[in-house]
Amino acid sequence: MDFLFKHKRIGGILTVLPAKAVKFEDEMSNYNFSPAKCMKLKLAMGYNEHRIAAPGQTSSDFCAHGLQYLFDNGLLKPEEIDALLFVSQSPDYFMPPTSNILHGRFGLRQDCLCMDINQGCAGFELGMIQACLLLDQPAVKKVVLLNADVLSPKVSPRDRNSKPLIGDAAAITVVEECEEENPVYANIKMDGTGALVLNIPAGGFRLPSSPETAVMEEDAAGNFRSKDNLVMQGDEVFNFVQREVPPMIEHLFEQSGVDRADVDWYMFHQPNKFMLNKLADKLGIQREKMPANIVENFGNASGVTVPTCISYNLGEELCKGEMQLCMAGFGVGLTWSSLMMKVGNLRFNKIIEY
Amino acid sequence: MKEKIIEILTQLRPEFDFSQEGVDFIEEGMLDSFDIVALVSELDAAYGISIDGMDILPENFSSVEAIAALLRKNGAK
Repeated sequence: MDFLFKHKRIGGILTVLPAKAVKFEDEMSNYNFSPAKCMKLKLAMGYNEHRIAAPGQTSSDFCAHGLQYLFDNGLLKPEEIDALLFVSQSPDYFMPPTSNILHGRFGLRQDCLCMDINQGCAGFELGMIQACLLLDQPAVKKVVLLNADVLSPKVSPRDRNSKPLIGDAAAITVVEECEEENPVYANIKMDGTGALVLNIPAGGFRLPSSPETAVMEEDAAGNFRSKDNLVMQGDEVFNFVQREVPPMIEHLFEQSGVDRADVDWYMFHQPNKFMLNKLADKLGIQREKMPANIVENFGNASGVTVPTCISYNLGEELCKGEMQLCMAGFGVGLTWSSLMMKVGNLRFNKIIEY
Repeated sequence: MKEKIIEILTQLRPEFDFSQEGVDFIEEGMLDSFDIVALVSELDAAYGISIDGMDILPENFSSVEAIAALLRKNGAK
């Protein structure tokens, strides 16, 4: 499905990372691999260190820390928030929505719309589409998009498919109306037949957590995990990304009329360096224009990786000028989505720690 | 090309003999998906190519001949 929005812009991006960094080398002994093989993997996949939330810290805590920072520094006012979107796979509770928890924590207006969206790797793009849809309403002038995930507690320490790359983080993106036309081209696709390629089998209503679901089992590849843990069928995910993402981006070029050479940066979801390099090669894009350094520095925090990539790689530059960005997310759902828009003159674009 | 492929495979998994004929590297557990990732990176660098992501399928790494065919398909000389 294609979308075109006008008179919308990103006003600022703030990424909030856990202060605690864990080195790949410190976890290698958990994996059923020789040290030499682990080091080869480190090079190919870009594993180095990842940020992990402290026990008890939830996604909403990271959002709250970031919101408080913005309020304290005069970068955002609570009373100007017309909608609060919380996109995550790690809510505080099954009920109520985490966006309502944050709404109450900061005493936001009663006519501020709160919405939780369960989405992962394409959560930034889906959140942007939802924010723009809301901004088409006359009553909505400013949407705060929260992408947040603290999934590390759900990953088995002995799962080398997922543990080396998982990261926890939150990002706050202010999406607002603007005078300029500033077209936002977006598209999104879904394939629910692959819904369980990335999943956490137990803990929901279908299979509640129990002593049985906590039993660790070895898979064919030598990973140990329980049904309470996140499971990723890495081969399936890789094939899905290589099959679906290049045509999606080619379609985005046609849809937007923007030539690939005119795109300043390709800010894609960050599964690992290997996968991103292959995507860049397939699309005929210089690898330097598609940063692949988020997993190696912070880990993969699902829908938070695109704003993290923007904050980390562009930072202040994006506060001084404007750039043509092509953004894409792909993964859980299965969902794949992309955005083409000019982003710039931001009021803030930085990373803070919590 | 075959000698070089065997050399790269042996560096990756020195415990196996990749020169033996008629052995399926995947079925015999000589290469897993992580080995394939590392192998593709090594082959890309060694031959100055980028193996297409759509070609990174287990059957293309089941033997030295299969890997050689994959390399030729992706422009290796």
